[in-house]
Amino acid sequence: MRMKLFGLMAAMLLVAGCTENADNGDTTQGGGEVAPTPVADTPVALDPQEDLVVNVGDRIFFDFDKSNLRPDAIDQLNRQADWLKMNGGITVAIEGHCDERGTREYNLALGDRRASSASQYLRSMGVDGGRIETISYGKERPAVLGSNEEAWAQNRRAVMVVKSGSLS
Amino acid sequence: MNTDRMKTGFSTFASVRFVFVGALLLAASAMSARAELRIDITRGNIDPMPVAITDFYSGDTQTAAIGRELAEVIAADLERSGLFAPIDQRAFIQSNESLLVRPRFSDWRVINAQALVSGGVSYEQDGRLKFEFRLWDVFAETQMTGFAYRTPRNNWRRVAHIIADAIYKRITGEEGYFDSRLVYVAETGPHTMRVKRLAIMDQDGANHKYLTDGSALVLTPRFSPTRQEITYLSYFNDTPRVYLFDINTGRQEMLGAFKGMTFAPRFSPDGNSVIMSYARDGDSDIWIMDLRTRRARQVTNDPAIDTSPSFSPDGRQITFNSDRGGTQQLYVMDADGNNVRRISFGQGRYATPVWSPRGDLIAFTKFYGGRFFIGVMRPDGTGERLLTESFLDEAPTWSPNGRVLVFFRQTRTTSSGAGGVTRIYSVDLTGYNLRQVTTPTDASDPAWSPLNR
Repeated sequence: MRMKLFGLMAAMLLVAGCTENADNGDTTQGGGEVAPTPVADTPVALDPQEDLVVNVGDRIFFDFDKSNLRPDAIDQLNRQADWLKMNGGITVAIEGHCDERGTREYNLALGDRRASSASQYLRSMGVDGGRIETISYGKERPAVLGSNEEAWAQNRRAVMVVKSGSLS
Repeated sequence: MNTDRMKTGFSTFASVRFVFVGALLLAASAMSARAELRIDITRGNIDPMPVAITDFYSGDTQTAAIGRELAEVIAADLERSGLFAPIDQRAFIQSNESLLVRPRFSDWRVINAQALVSGGVSYEQDGRLKFEFRLWDVFAETQMTGFAYRTPRNNWRRVAHIIADAIYKRITGEEGYFDSRLVYVAETGPHTMRVKRLAIMDQDGANHKYLTDGSALVLTPRFSPTRQEITYLSYFNDTPRVYLFDINTGRQEMLGAFKGMTFAPRFSPDGNSVIMSYARDGDSDIWIMDLRTRRARQVTNDPAIDTSPSFSPDGRQITFNSDRGGTQQLYVMDADGNNVRRISFGQGRYATPVWSPRGDLIAFTKFYGGRFFIGVMRPDGTGERLLTESFLDEAPTWSPNGRVLVFFRQTRTTSSGAGGVTRIYSVDLTGYNLRQVTTPTDASDPAWSPLNR
């Protein structure tokens, strides 16, 4: 909820910035009068995935060759669970990923385990399992390039991707 | 036997007919008098045998060009094996035409040739090409083997590989592997958005062809031992499942209707089933699907990851990869899933076990101390030997004769995306003769075909 409010406020601030600009009589944009942007009920039609990424966080991270949920991952999943409960029409896929320091087939299984860990936790927090699918990409889709520990740490992840539905 | 293989084989793949060239029996009796010209391929790092491979002679220039290329392909096959050292043709004294009558062995001894390959090529009435080939023991002055082949003109490269196999077999005592192909995954683009396509080529890189267009991510292709078919993993429709690919028709078919990801497929030795992993709720187990009934049965049932299954060549046992003991190790079990025992006990993680077609060894990937290795061990876990090492070596596949391994190697990537070069390599079972296999793009997940048929 807090995150959602923050998003709303950010959007309103943006809008406010625009109108203020127009009020100052800035005519450099040409086209003469700039109609004040109506601050309506839906300030910005935010894409659900964007909202998830910006206001909630779409990913959790894992230790090497592990699929258990770290404390930082649990915090993140709690926010995702709240967001999913708040936006009941949205279905998601959780993608499980691995770093490049493993064999392909084992990493497919490990990615599946990671996605499943996240999915099971969300269900335990009361999210309907029918809204969550899982898919493993093993080491096939690293988020970050580089053969170093920083890159590997960012690539050992489970990422929530919106499949259908819109924000409530 | 070799001749049987050729007879049965040629009917389906391409029509090549062969006949023995007469002198063979005579030669065999003459050779018993003296030590055989022979390479013991169980020893590592042997001195390659000097062999003179002459252009196959033809009276007309057009056919002579094929005779020249044929000799080049044979020489390249034998050279790549690391067991033979083809002699520079510029050193040859005797002409190819006079060779057809009989070798002047003193001319070949002078240039230190131990074996001599000679032959002729000509057009038959029906438009096919006829190749005659003879292998000579230069010091014993005897013919070791000889054949004649008839084939359509566009099939001459196969004849070259068949002749190279015949030479390899006659001199090493082991079946050859040159008349075979590789299927692999061709890779392009940055690693974060890698495009992967199935590709197939002869083992020497010729006749390269893409089988899929790259629109779906594809991984881990493996040849059927009995049909022109490949099993592999495809992410078609963002749904990772095991598929069959018919090489002749290009038809792709999802195997079964599993509710979760299926992956790590391999054929059984009789070609009638596919063994694979099936992942449900984070638990990967091993399943076998019968290709005739399309029924699947579960073989392992453990909360751990069970994957990368591979049958023994007699079909009675299965080796696989599991982390049921804490980290990835290699296991062997009976084909019904009973009698599971761990076989890898060295330091580090072990993965991708593949049973040799000879049955005597299991090849694997090992990860230890930040490095990856390709190695082999006996099916009881003894006799571990590491053959290669790098930042990332993975996924060995056996040559049809169980003497050579092909795998892929990936280099480090920088944070700007440079590096990350991924290529296929071959290495002899002895750990010598490491060579890159030429591919048009980056390449991974190689799988060797059985000998062509």
